[in-house]
Amino acid sequence: MNLEKVIFGFFILLAATLNFGFFIGDIERPELHNIYELAAALVVSLIATALKFGDRTQIGAVHLSTSLVADLQLIAAAITWAVAVHVTGVGMTPHVTSSVVSLSGGALFANIVSVIILIVETVMLRR
Amino acid sequence: MLSSAFFIVLRRMRAPIIALIVIYAIAVIGLTLVPGVDAEGHPAPPLSFFHAFYFVSYTATTIGFGEIPNAFSDAQRLWVTLCIYLTVVGWSYSVVTLIALLQDKGFQNTLTVNRFARRVRHLKEPFYLVCGCGETGNLVCRTLDRLGHAFVVVEKDEMRVQELDLQDFKTDTPALAGDARNPDHLLLAGLTHTRCRAVLAITNNEETNLAIAIAARLLNPGLPVIARARTTGVAANMASFGTDHIINPFERFAEHLALAIGAPERFRLVELLTALPESPLPEPHRPPAGRWILCGYGHFGKRLASHLAPAGIELSIIDPLCANSLDPTIICGLGTEADTLRQAGIEQAVGVIAGSDNDINNLSIAVTASELKPSLFVVARQNHSVNGPLFAAYGADFTLVPGHIVAQESIAILTTPLLAAFLDLLRDKPEAWCSALTERLLKIGNDLTPLIWSARLNIAEAPAAYRALMQGDHITPAALLRDGTDRTTPLPAIILLVRRGKDLVLLPDDDWALAAGDELLLAGPLAARRNLELTLYHPNELDYVLTGEETSGSWLWARLAALGRSSASPQPRKETS
Repeated sequence: MNLEKVIFGFFILLAATLNFGFFIGDIERPELHNIYELAAALVVSLIATALKFGDRTQIGAVHLSTSLVADLQLIAAAITWAVAVHVTGVGMTPHVTSSVVSLSGGALFANIVSVIILIVETVMLRR
Repeated sequence: MLSSAFFIVLRRMRAPIIALIVIYAIAVIGLTLVPGVDAEGHPAPPLSFFHAFYFVSYTATTIGFGEIPNAFSDAQRLWVTLCIYLTVVGWSYSVVTLIALLQDKGFQNTLTVNRFARRVRHLKEPFYLVCGCGETGNLVCRTLDRLGHAFVVVEKDEMRVQELDLQDFKTDTPALAGDARNPDHLLLAGLTHTRCRAVLAITNNEETNLAIAIAARLLNPGLPVIARARTTGVAANMASFGTDHIINPFERFAEHLALAIGAPERFRLVELLTALPESPLPEPHRPPAGRWILCGYGHFGKRLASHLAPAGIELSIIDPLCANSLDPTIICGLGTEADTLRQAGIEQAVGVIAGSDNDINNLSIAVTASELKPSLFVVARQNHSVNGPLFAAYGADFTLVPGHIVAQESIAILTTPLLAAFLDLLRDKPEAWCSALTERLLKIGNDLTPLIWSARLNIAEAPAAYRALMQGDHITPAALLRDGTDRTTPLPAIILLVRRGKDLVLLPDDDWALAAGDELLLAGPLAARRNLELTLYHPNELDYVLTGEETSGSWLWARLAALGRSSASPQPRKETS
């Protein structure tokens, strides 16, 4: 067993599950989407990205790009939240909530692709 | 190529970046949990994610705007104190890792190699690939630079590559510190580059030279290869797969010495023509015929013996490894002792050759021999250029520097392919003819050796001359070799040889007619070459040199001038441009 692989798989899966946890629920209701969950998803996603740095294989490149997509989506969601709550002051209206959640939904898709690649990679492994 | 350096950075920075993300996450989440206090001292809700991230961002980077948006509660201050230390450690860790990475030998090497490969790829002008920049390579590089040719250097010794940077080359010279035996290094250095003109395998190592020659033949079959070989085995090996020029300095020196004894005037001429351009004139060598003593019977000694014997030279050979030899006439010893030299018959000898591979022994042989018999002609072999001052101080009659021979011949082959044909024609010329030509060459040279170059009268290299000749102008060497700034002074240059198709014309007369497509071999100073090149290239310059008329290039002015001429003189003037 390779500790590096364990940590790698752990973070990729955790990024996907946290993202899913934030995403699940009625898209318009802010009380179903905890902001801490979004923060956790973003942090874990960033860590997962950093773990993918420096892999020069083809599969490593795809891994990195999916992670970058997820980061981008989650950062966009976080900025939307910050603007709504602190800059314009409209708060978490159904409109804003659905924007944030749908952005995180995009990130969830990227994270699912990441997990699929991880599974494919593992299946291809002969050792 | 650059991406490999980028990936190295990413890979090494993985741990510090993750550490930073974790530290930021802990600090931010902590701040969103710790309750705050409002202006009146009542408990207030904790900071939101936005404010917490803002606060941590400016605190972690030690910018420190203070407690924003409201003054903190003591609980928050407690947490922030912890965060400050955490984040400072995180940043320091990242910065230290980055600096260590930048100082890392392997990383720097990657960067240097990348930069080198990029510079080679972007070379626009034709260049030579010089492998090995020791004594020989350095001499070749400096000469190529002076003649304005671009070149790329591959050298094993990193110190030498750094020294190259310090040398004041006119041209931009990419240099790679790497083993030329590795084909990757040769490819990086532009072996298959479309602008690569030739490869010079002139390292000190026979194996390396052989490997370069093989790599060049396989990877870029059309490319000319010039290789240095010390032993006949390696030379034969190189020849077997079609190395274009194999230079064996010992062989060449043996030929020269035999020539110098047999035909001193012709040797003087050959020496003048093959010397490095615009270097001080070589001393005239007049080695006498008769009995010679040869000290050292290795590769060099054997080459010498095989060339000197047909020239009618009797040799007494001294060698320390006499026990291995079947030849009973070889005398045991180094030749550094008077006894051995006497045993070899120094009384009857006219010359001594100190030809071992040890410079100090060679000097010792030379000094001992000339003390025993001051009239001896001394030939000394100098193996390392650092010992140059010693050999200069001793002042042997003829000093052999193998590196110089290789450099001279490489330059001669590279810059003037016609020279070999000219030297072939010299073989059956009488001594008087050679000495007359030597005199002429010395006269044009200002006490420096002449530059030998070739010029083709074709549309690419000499468009003005080519057009004039195609229009039927009669151009003679005497009319063409005139100074472009003042046509009354002749240009200090000699046309040595003209190649027209398959015919070779040696030293054409002053009134011999040149034709379009001729290839000329010329000798003269570098300034004369520049002067002539402009004349051949520029129609107005050519007009002035041939006729003395200053013409302007503009169509209107040419019309006006023609009008003025036709009204002044009734006969029509031949168009020149």
